Amino acid sequence: MELNQLTAHELLEKLKSKEICSRTILLSLSQRIEKTDPKVKAYVRNQGPVKFAPQDEAFGELNGLPVTIKDNICTSGLNTECCSKILRGFRPPYDATVIDKLKKAGAQIFPLKANMDEFAFGSSTENSFFGPTANPWKLDCVPGGSSGGSAAAVASDEAIWALGSDTGGSIRQPASFCGVVGLKPTYGRVSRYGLIAFASSLDQIGPLTKDVEDSALLCGLISGYDPQDSTSINQSVPDYTKSLTGDIKGLKIGIPKEYFVEGLDPEVKSVIEEAIDKLKSLGAVIKQVSLPHTEYAVPVYYIIATAEASSNLARFDGVQYGYRAQADNLLQMYKETRAEGFGQEAKRRILLGTFALSHGYYDAYYLRALKVRSLIKQDFDRVFQEFDCIVAPTSPTAAFKIGERTEDPLKMYLSDIYTISVNLAGIPAISVPCGFTKQGLPVGLQIMAKPFDEEMLFKTAYAYEQNTDWHKIKPKL
Amino acid sequence: MIYETVIGLEVHLQLNTKTKAFCGCSTDFGKPPNSNVCPVCLGFPGSLPVYNRQALNSAIKLALAFNCRIQEHTKFDRKNYFYPDLPKNYQISQYDLPLSRNGYLDIFTNGSPKRIGITRIHLEEDAGKLIHEDAVSLVDFNRTGIPLMEIVSEPDLSHPQEAFDYLTNLKNIIEYLDISDCDMEKGSLRCDANISLRPAGVKELGVKTELKNMNSFKGVKDALTFEVERQTKILEAKETMVQETRLWDVEQGITVTMRTKEGAKDYRYFPDPDLTVFVIGKELIEPVKATLPELPYDKMQRLMKTYALTEYDAKILVASKKDAEFAEVCMQEYPGKDKKEIANWLIGPLMAEANLRKEQLHTLKLDRKELINLIGFVQRQEISHLSAKTVLTQMLDTGKSAQALIKEGNLEQISNTDALAQVIETVINENAKSVGDFKAGKVNALMYLVGQVMKKSSGKANPKVVGDLIKQRLS
Repeated sequence: MELNQLTAHELLEKLKSKEICSRTILLSLSQRIEKTDPKVKAYVRNQGPVKFAPQDEAFGELNGLPVTIKDNICTSGLNTECCSKILRGFRPPYDATVIDKLKKAGAQIFPLKANMDEFAFGSSTENSFFGPTANPWKLDCVPGGSSGGSAAAVASDEAIWALGSDTGGSIRQPASFCGVVGLKPTYGRVSRYGLIAFASSLDQIGPLTKDVEDSALLCGLISGYDPQDSTSINQSVPDYTKSLTGDIKGLKIGIPKEYFVEGLDPEVKSVIEEAIDKLKSLGAVIKQVSLPHTEYAVPVYYIIATAEASSNLARFDGVQYGYRAQADNLLQMYKETRAEGFGQEAKRRILLGTFALSHGYYDAYYLRALKVRSLIKQDFDRVFQEFDCIVAPTSPTAAFKIGERTEDPLKMYLSDIYTISVNLAGIPAISVPCGFTKQGLPVGLQIMAKPFDEEMLFKTAYAYEQNTDWHKIKPKL
Repeated sequence: MIYETVIGLEVHLQLNTKTKAFCGCSTDFGKPPNSNVCPVCLGFPGSLPVYNRQALNSAIKLALAFNCRIQEHTKFDRKNYFYPDLPKNYQISQYDLPLSRNGYLDIFTNGSPKRIGITRIHLEEDAGKLIHEDAVSLVDFNRTGIPLMEIVSEPDLSHPQEAFDYLTNLKNIIEYLDISDCDMEKGSLRCDANISLRPAGVKELGVKTELKNMNSFKGVKDALTFEVERQTKILEAKETMVQETRLWDVEQGITVTMRTKEGAKDYRYFPDPDLTVFVIGKELIEPVKATLPELPYDKMQRLMKTYALTEYDAKILVASKKDAEFAEVCMQEYPGKDKKEIANWLIGPLMAEANLRKEQLHTLKLDRKELINLIGFVQRQEISHLSAKTVLTQMLDTGKSAQALIKEGNLEQISNTDALAQVIETVINENAKSVGDFKAGKVNALMYLVGQVMKKSSGKANPKVVGDLIKQRLS
């Protein structure tokens, strides 16, 4: 095995024993990227000439281990453009808190940023200004999105591990499509400082990794209270690797019936059912539960998320940074800059959100959506009073073809039907590989737990993973 | 027809916190453009606001001083609009759950007290400053994010002068609270006004005009006065009033249309998801309450009671908190029983000196003990009141003691009858007409003769003694 194929925890062993140095890992990654990224296009080439310059001194817990970062997380000295023309050339003078934490732990920030849907608006990475990323398992399919670049890079061994962001499924759905592990932590668990906001009340940074152990490790490194983020919560961070016991005997798992309805691909359904049987065979107690407000999740999400986005994206106006169109006056500059700088999906969402917040519509849309949001949260609260976790598919289908859904935004929005509720409720969830379709496309199993119970996710996911081999199978590129 | 004027004021007050409302940047005034900035107040992508606890304390202080009900749950909202001085293109403000509501302010206007309702007081962030040059417009973000309080009054003011008095009282209280410099020139206090007219006795409000761009309290009063006239003319001509925003043009002394209601903006307010709802409980309010200073109205009442001052004198003293404090120490240290003796000096000659020197009582370079010494000389009739005023000026100019200056100027009052008799004799000889008038019973003639003696003695004669001597001599 090449170094780039190893997991982070395997490499950390080798770094610790000085068997290898971080330079050789970087070399291995760059060779792999040179070979496979022209096909996968997981990384965006927006940095100008890239220097793979390893740190002089390996230090900390990570000893110079590289980590790949999604293009919407601020990295000082590296362009951070959200894969949008409007942020062309934006090089933040500051690190996001997660980047700061990783650097302090001895990580090297990989000098190429991972591709994504523009401003994380999408479920396929087709909305990137730099063009789509391909699914490493089948190059004419999408990798999912919006963290498609991060997921594809990890799946194709072009990255050891990566950070993505999840607003409505943007970590879990691509993890599912690419056959990797993707975690969306509890809202408030990880600082959002330096994450370029899509929908502030839903966004959360999380890891995309080759296995559950790496996920637990990376989650532990980026979690914790940040005084710079008023929405981060002051709660101590446990050692997540301690929950990797493999023992789930007696664990009470709920299966939400609303997630097994029309629209769920039969092949995916049978893969998920097999996975649930596996959990049962490991000693878990499986019972059907109900999350009755599930059907409202997509409309509620598209009102709240777009409303917040319409305001969050107002700052991209050509005044201070990024792209500025030539114009004769101020109003013209605003209009031209935004008309030329934003892609189609960004414009669609800004318009949707602006409408939802408009005078006369606010009560009917935004306010009502907030009320339904709290009902969705109550659904989960009720189930978690009795159950340790909830298990469901991550996505109703496996990866779809590039171009297949671009003309039908509604169909695209339904790709996130199983992941959105988790963000609305603020709870944590993980997607782990659990099999393949006949076409050879990966399927992800989603596990959800109550707020700040990431340990339950790692425990359940690890037990499943250690008793299956799905995570060991790699795409042929 | 007789019309009634209805005025409501919106005051924006910059708080004097050390740092900005949602980031750690300094709020120092007059720094080079764009030097007090950071990713947060510049609205850089990914940056997040964290509210300033000191600003919250100041806001609670203000709400308490204005007798407002502080809401237990409050939140910040985003007010969305595009403008280059607003880097996020939304302003963090408060919409439907302001920090406090339903307060009032007692003011003195037109010689009597009046209670003005306060609709709401809320916290928000200031915008930057645009500087327009020939071909370009420049933005200075130093001011961006400085905490602002918005104080909205009920439409309880019924005269431009009342609006002026309300503002004076408001400023006075804020000065006492020490939460803002209230400097309209520096923009730390700004005021917009809503004004409408209605036929006297009618309850319904008329069509209102919003007035902006007033740069002083006088400007507010003048703009309102102009509006009363303008609106009266429209109503009397039976024309239709248009709801609009008008700008005060101080040069021309008129208001001009800025925008009409059709141009009203939809700010699309919604709760700022970056700042969570917060609870202002007793544990936050009580400590602030404990540090609340004595407010002008209470201080005035107390000074009147404790030092037997008139309402007029007390009102002058409390106009400035520090002056009032200075005056109170003076009165306490003054050994005489009648505190009015020193109060007269403070409000009279000393206040005049301060105004002349563009200073305040408490900033004058004057040792309180020396002032008391000086008054002592007058009380003991060792110098004349007139000479004492001269000495006071010299004390402020030179910093020398009263005693030294009296000696230097040879100003000891002449009360010695022998020394004065000769001068009186001369004056009587030189002013036969006045002597005749006095004998004919004209009191003013005595005053004149005393004045002549004072003049000849270079102000050193004791006027009381002189008066008595003249009366004796001519009787």
